[in-house]
Amino acid sequence: MHDVHSYRKPSPGSQPDYLYPPYKSTVKRAPVQPLVLVPQTLSEITGPVFGRNEIAPLDHDLTRQHQSAPLGERMIVNGRVLDDGGCPVANTLVEIWQSNAAGRYRHADDNHDAPLDPNFTGCGRTLTDDAGRYRFVTIKPGAYPWRNHHNAWRPPHIHFSVFGCGFLQRLVTQMYFPGDPLLALDPMYTCIADERARQRLISSFDWENTVPEFAIAYRFDIVLRGRDATPMEK
Amino acid sequence: MNELTTASQTVGPFVSISFAPSLAGDLTVQGVSGKRVVLHGRVIDGDGAPVGHAAIETWQANAHGKYAHPEDFQEKPLEREFRGFGRVMADERGAYRLVTIEPGCTPGPGGVLQAPHLVVVIFMRGLLKHLTTRVYFPDDTHNAEDPVLKLVPEERRATLIARRVATDANELEWNIVVQGKDETVFFEY
Ligand SMILES: [Fe+3]
Repeated sequence: MHDVHSYRKPSPGSQPDYLYPPYKSTVKRAPVQPLVLVPQTLSEITGPVFGRNEIAPLDHDLTRQHQSAPLGERMIVNGRVLDDGGCPVANTLVEIWQSNAAGRYRHADDNHDAPLDPNFTGCGRTLTDDAGRYRFVTIKPGAYPWRNHHNAWRPPHIHFSVFGCGFLQRLVTQMYFPGDPLLALDPMYTCIADERARQRLISSFDWENTVPEFAIAYRFDIVLRGRDATPMEK
Repeated sequence: MNELTTASQTVGPFVSISFAPSLAGDLTVQGVSGKRVVLHGRVIDGDGAPVGHAAIETWQANAHGKYAHPEDFQEKPLEREFRGFGRVMADERGAYRLVTIEPGCTPGPGGVLQAPHLVVVIFMRGLLKHLTTRVYFPDDTHNAEDPVLKLVPEERRATLIARRVATDANELEWNIVVQGKDETVFFEY
């Protein structure tokens, strides 16, 4: 029997609660019973492993998945997936999805009166490299309205899904852009109590990885729960 | 000095465009051993209303109780065809369906066996971070000694055990109730 090398809890204050009434849909979807604290077992410290052969060559480039280039401002989104000890999370699947430049998703339920772009699906996937790095080429998403409250607009964002090494590292988050005035009014952003944790969701302008004559880069690092230094005693 | 962990955010209403190409709703590909089960049910909110377009991911061991992961050091057979990862979307009526095999028992804390189960995570609009739970199999003799089930208040344990549907021996029903009467037990680790 090998002991389980367990994961630490997320940093205090870094995660939203399930219930956040300013985001109305949470009211009927947040559990009311307390979560049951259980030990970490082999079942949760493991998780799906994805291979390079599952990723198509253009899966990371949302501007080259159709006949022509999509409309909008081309950009590079790159960064690293790390654990909270600063160690890279290598070879992990990162998936993104987003609206087009006009703020419309290619989804049957999106009835925002903004044009669809036949050259943009808005989805990408890649694996991190040995240093935990990932890179996407895409276009800047637009803001879009939602019906949560009067005159509600989502700030431009990219949805990120990350697997990590085990199911306990699973994370879905959203990346925002620096200097956006909509952030302060957005319940999905304000649901996070800790100001530093909020800032973590805002990408930064990345001059170093900006490609001349091609596209501006933004940097977005993702930090997953790390592990205790030594395997847990029985 | 630890880095601050990134906050979870909701998947929002349009997650299916991202997950659709990588759905895994049938894990019983050719060559996989074990008893085939069809697990289905509905995702239900605090009004008792179905949650349309929720995303459900499952993780499980193979029929021998071995996880397809480098940290499973057990000397049990791996099956190349069986990854153990399921990903399905609930439809507009909140209904989901997953075809898989019953996993074997897996090791738990202190060498105690865990009863066959799937780890389940749920994502949906209105959920700021995913919910984690487990589904167990009805009438399994190991359930009584399962170290995780034992930590769940007895009156709520039934929410974690799928129900046999009389019409088909392989068919199991399991609803995920995120809030309210018969609320499913969700875990924190
Ligand atoms: Fe969105």
